[in-house]
Amino acid sequence: MEVVKVENVTRVYRMGEVETHALRGVSLSIENSEFTALVGPSGSGKTTLLQLIGCLDQPSSGKVFINGKDVSKLNRSRRADTRRGTIGFIFQFFALIPTLTAYENIEMPLLLTGESANGRRERVRHLLEAVDLKDRANHRPDQLSGGEQQRVAIARALATQPALILADEPTANLDTPNGKQVMEIMTRLNQETGVTFVFATHDPRVIQFARRVITLRDGLVTDNNGKGK
Amino acid sequence: MKQILKIAFRDLGRNRRRSFFSALALAMGLALLLLVAAFFNGEMNSAMDATILLQSGHLQVRMASYEESKTSLKWENLIADPEQLAAQIESLDPVKTASPRLFASGIVAVRDESAGVRIYGIDPSSEANDPYRIGLLEGEFLTPDDREGVLIGQPLAEKMSLGVGDSISLSVNTSSGDVDEQVFTIRGIYSTQTYGFDSVTIFLPLAKAQAITQAERHASTIFILLNDKADTETVAAAMQGADFAVLTWPKMNEMIMQVEEMANSYIFILYLIVLGITATVIINTLIMSVFERTREIGVLSALGMKGRQIMSMFLIQSSLLAVGGVIMGLIFGLLLVTYFSKNGFYIGNMGMTGLLIGNTIYTELTLRDAISLTVLSFIVTLLAGLYPAVLASRMEPVRALRDGK
Repeated sequence: MEVVKVENVTRVYRMGEVETHALRGVSLSIENSEFTALVGPSGSGKTTLLQLIGCLDQPSSGKVFINGKDVSKLNRSRRADTRRGTIGFIFQFFALIPTLTAYENIEMPLLLTGESANGRRERVRHLLEAVDLKDRANHRPDQLSGGEQQRVAIARALATQPALILADEPTANLDTPNGKQVMEIMTRLNQETGVTFVFATHDPRVIQFARRVITLRDGLVTDNNGKGK
Repeated sequence: MKQILKIAFRDLGRNRRRSFFSALALAMGLALLLLVAAFFNGEMNSAMDATILLQSGHLQVRMASYEESKTSLKWENLIADPEQLAAQIESLDPVKTASPRLFASGIVAVRDESAGVRIYGIDPSSEANDPYRIGLLEGEFLTPDDREGVLIGQPLAEKMSLGVGDSISLSVNTSSGDVDEQVFTIRGIYSTQTYGFDSVTIFLPLAKAQAITQAERHASTIFILLNDKADTETVAAAMQGADFAVLTWPKMNEMIMQVEEMANSYIFILYLIVLGITATVIINTLIMSVFERTREIGVLSALGMKGRQIMSMFLIQSSLLAVGGVIMGLIFGLLLVTYFSKNGFYIGNMGMTGLLIGNTIYTELTLRDAISLTVLSFIVTLLAGLYPAVLASRMEPVRALRDGK
């Protein structure tokens, strides 16, 4: 089943008189349980495409479907509803809430979906274990290493058992061993839970983990089905 | 909601110093408002108390034809046999004391200097004149049969360099419309701590005042003090008579009431200025917080937090600041008010004509002022938090994630 379907999508940014065509007509589809890399040089449109798939932004033209539902024309509030529970995000800069502990950061999406207290406790403990951070539960982000923070972010993205996890350069700010560990955890979770992962990267060491590679250049898909490893 | 509260609270903790100073700005604002309200209240109460005690009494009985502004001395405008009427009134239960007074205008002249004065002919033995007796600074109080003695106020004595035992020449208007002049000896110098009264009022024994003004066994008014001023209207109703006018203290002191009303509107403007400054500080703090947390807002939004939830997070933050600031402000404000209610606030010679204000103001805070100012400060802070909260809630997640650091 298709989790993501993108139909002839364009995205134009206007800065005063200047128009920048970030995407010039992209079509693709991503099936359930895929582990897919979006690759391409800087400015090729990877991040823009991720944002459109993640309902963080709207296309200038074309359509985006998530789980068969057209999300390209939804208002802000409906897009927030779609993100919550359906899509998990992992960002390059870890993006944890600095004032909350690892446990509370993972719990945050569950609170937004209205999960019960017991359900939350069980889920957060399970996820802390899955990313191997059980003993760091009560640490704040500034007390965690970069690798640990990104693992908390992965656990948070998985918290609501979403259909899709989008990761934008998830290892860009990590050293090689930590980057590798993060990718291994993502791969394992993809295999164990079947959740679809789409991640943007231009790091060959990360690309090799992908089972499918979509290449973008100048806002267009140049290779829709390259192979990773 | 609990998590939103937690984030809001911890964010205040993240910038402890900034949060503290913002709350402090609110606290200072509120403390200042409480002090101003208490000061003004004390001032107005003291003006009213002083005026009642020194000038108007709770009630006065005059002839219906008496015109105060003219200080009339014509017999038909004066009360005949005032002692008898005063004794009758004093026999009423709610009445503490009733005493006849004769008013006249005159000029004190010493060497080359002269000053216009208001002459009070009083019964020196009456309890009604205790405030003057208590205020005696030097010399002796008058006696009923003194024919040559006067009491003058301290400001007048200082202005004309007069002391006890000195002689003054006093010219007085008389009942027949002439002016009589006589030399008097200063028996004593008094102060009621009320410049506006003390600088223009001199006292003569009633009998001597009647003699020099040719008012002969007449008085301008019967000055009445009650045991409880709440009985004013009841007693006034019981005393109505055809030829007499019974005047109550609110009626006689309309000017004070008007001044109070006018001052109230000025003070309200002052409140708005103080609260406006406070609100600006709070808005500034919260806007800084919004900009610092741009990326965090983007992340929360990406997680599916709705605009109104983000807005409530910032509103909670301003409420927390408001609660902290208001509590601090109440503590500061009450400490200040308590201090000045005991030690007073020396303002010097601030009296205006017709408005007697003591030289020292003792703050008096009413519960109503305390509650309304606290609630007002709280509401203003919440309103101040509205703009930054809306700003945060309208932030596009993509932009927040891209621009945030």
